[in-house]
Amino acid sequence: MRSALILLMALLAAAPARAQGKLNVVATTEDLAAIAREVGGDRITVDSIARGYQDPHFVEAKPSFILKLQKADVLVVVGRELEIGWLPPLIQQSRNGKIQQGAEGYVDASLQATILEMPTGQITRAMGDVHPLGNPHYWLDPENGKRIGKEIADKFSQLRPNDRATFEQRLADFSSRLDAAEKRWLAAVAPYKGTKIVTYHRSFPNFAERFGLDIIGYVEPRPGIPPSPQHTLDLINEMKRQNVKIVLVEPYFDLKTPNSIGRETGAQVLVMPPSVGGTKDVTDYFKLFDYDINLLVDAIKKTGAK
Amino acid sequence: MRISRWVCAASAAGILLGAQTASAQDTPQALRQEIDQLRRDFDALKQQYGDRLTALEAKLAAAEGQPPAAATAAQPSPNAPQPPAPPPPAEAAAQPAGQQPTAQVPPGAEGAGGPSGALPVYGAAATGSKVFNPDIAVIGDFLGAAGHNTVNPSPSMELHESEASFQAVVDPYARADFFVSFGEEGVEVEEGYLTLTSLPGGLLTKVGKMRSAFGKVNTLHNHVLPWADRPLVTTNLVGGEDGIDDAGISVARLIPNPWLFLEGTGQIFRGDSSDVFKANRPGEVSFVGHLRGYQDISESTNIDLGFSYARGHNDAELAQDDSFESFTTNLYGIDATLRWRPLQRSIYHSFVGRTEYIWSHRDQLSGLQRSSGFYVSGDYQFARRWFAGLRLDRSGRATDASLTDTGGAATLTYWPSEFSQVRGEYRRINYALGDTANELLFQFQFSIGAHGAHPF
Repeated sequence: MRSALILLMALLAAAPARAQGKLNVVATTEDLAAIAREVGGDRITVDSIARGYQDPHFVEAKPSFILKLQKADVLVVVGRELEIGWLPPLIQQSRNGKIQQGAEGYVDASLQATILEMPTGQITRAMGDVHPLGNPHYWLDPENGKRIGKEIADKFSQLRPNDRATFEQRLADFSSRLDAAEKRWLAAVAPYKGTKIVTYHRSFPNFAERFGLDIIGYVEPRPGIPPSPQHTLDLINEMKRQNVKIVLVEPYFDLKTPNSIGRETGAQVLVMPPSVGGTKDVTDYFKLFDYDINLLVDAIKKTGAK
Repeated sequence: MRISRWVCAASAAGILLGAQTASAQDTPQALRQEIDQLRRDFDALKQQYGDRLTALEAKLAAAEGQPPAAATAAQPSPNAPQPPAPPPPAEAAAQPAGQQPTAQVPPGAEGAGGPSGALPVYGAAATGSKVFNPDIAVIGDFLGAAGHNTVNPSPSMELHESEASFQAVVDPYARADFFVSFGEEGVEVEEGYLTLTSLPGGLLTKVGKMRSAFGKVNTLHNHVLPWADRPLVTTNLVGGEDGIDDAGISVARLIPNPWLFLEGTGQIFRGDSSDVFKANRPGEVSFVGHLRGYQDISESTNIDLGFSYARGHNDAELAQDDSFESFTTNLYGIDATLRWRPLQRSIYHSFVGRTEYIWSHRDQLSGLQRSSGFYVSGDYQFARRWFAGLRLDRSGRATDASLTDTGGAATLTYWPSEFSQVRGEYRRINYALGDTANELLFQFQFSIGAHGAHPF
């Protein structure tokens, strides 16, 4: 018993004392990491778990992520149950009291954001893998980007009160740059307002609402359920009826069904990254919209459809 | 709140009854008027309390950060903080009190095979305390077998196991997980433990009944196995399906080093685990130690290595009536897992190769039995919903090292969705005493309730 106590004390002493230096931030996705980088600047170090070209619903809970979380001061999560399949065991095994759900270092970035597709009644899994707390792909709206930035900056200020002025100034700067960029993006899509599109998964409702797109259907028959022949046929007919010429596919989905839909309907199939890191060129939050809006506008111009 | 409402209702009813008897000799009309007046008073009171209750519940829901009125028909109190969520459809919010509240099917679900029109909302706002209920899920495991096996026959069909899980955070320092298994022969707490998540020194401590950290297969519940059965070596040397699963304390710590993920686990148990360990006297505890190393080779490939050791007393002691002699079993294990999953196509293709080698040194009256066994398996996901696998088995028997069983299995698994799977398995076992078993196993597994984490 005594030796156990001595061992315990030795282990306690071995725990590295944490310096009050840079905040060590881990974000579950590259989008959140990009926004944290904007507001944190050189006062923080940022790492992320899921890559931008990876389906964020299905990330493997690799032990190497436990090592990242073990040393984190702040964990920023998308929330709305996006990470429910993989984050809880990682947090649990992190041995890090600071980032447990509800602890000081745990930031749910969705708390101030506008969340769409909030179910209002009894939901069942007959509807597919629905998210009971609303659609978690909310970061694809620059207005939400600002709200996420505020959520993160507030947490940084709370944990590092001495740097509050820096974080607030960086947040203000981020927001005003985002405002300017948003005007540019809105102007680029303004001529094509109301363009009808189809997306693979429900990843783009916030994007479509902000930039005036009309999503008339999905390649997935229900969220998380792979395409079925009957649904694909129905979708093709509907697209022909409504003259839909754009299909957006997230980089992590198979292109076979979208391509055959494209062949049948003459629609363009665009691999559209929903996240920072979704393709090589998209290295920050601004470039994500730059890339997606360019891709979309070019395609709409080419098809001439509205 | 609820009590006061009932007290109020009861006393109102009492007054009503009392009034009825007291004024029995008055004219029937006066009596009726009096009753009507009382009824109105009672209704007004009921209405008043009902309203106050609703308002309070709305406040409670808002204070807990739940989207008020998003899932319920409660009216949010005017000064409650409103998240910038879209307001619920008017028909849900404007529902008059007292009627069954309804809600719309989420956009898009309608017509896609989901229900349509108005749906009833179950669980009114009165159930604010429900948010603290644990996450509950039930997993059904239906197993069928056809073919020939004289040594260890399986029923042609059975609901092999129904596993109920209850999981929640206990307080800022701990969480609790319960897995209750309803089998054909009764109910058993498969696991039930407290996890202290934030002890200083990076110690992850579990207290309760748990599957021990000996190797890989022993730690896994049936529904996360890549097979419909368990390997021969598990059955022969490590207690089969129940495995080393005992009441005890587990401490795990990450071992800091610049190269890889390294975790050491030490566990102490009461000493009763299936046919592996048996505590004949209190104090004959068993120990399990496990060292796990993990390294990413690339972003899509990684390797997991483990070394395990277990020691405990065995049931050979039962043969000794009054003379005291101690018999122990020592188990040694090595496990290796190679995983490949290309990140950008992670939902379509993956491969997992697994192997475990286990040595059992069991002391018994007939002398020390040194047995060993292993399995090697590979599982390949060739489409989003399809997996195919192969397994090779070979194992001695714990109580008689001279007997060795060999076998193999091939599996094909289909996942209609994340929440159900169908599996077929062809299995052949050459038992040591000459019998050969050829079986076709088929399995349905289905899960309802909370979305559990995917195993790694």
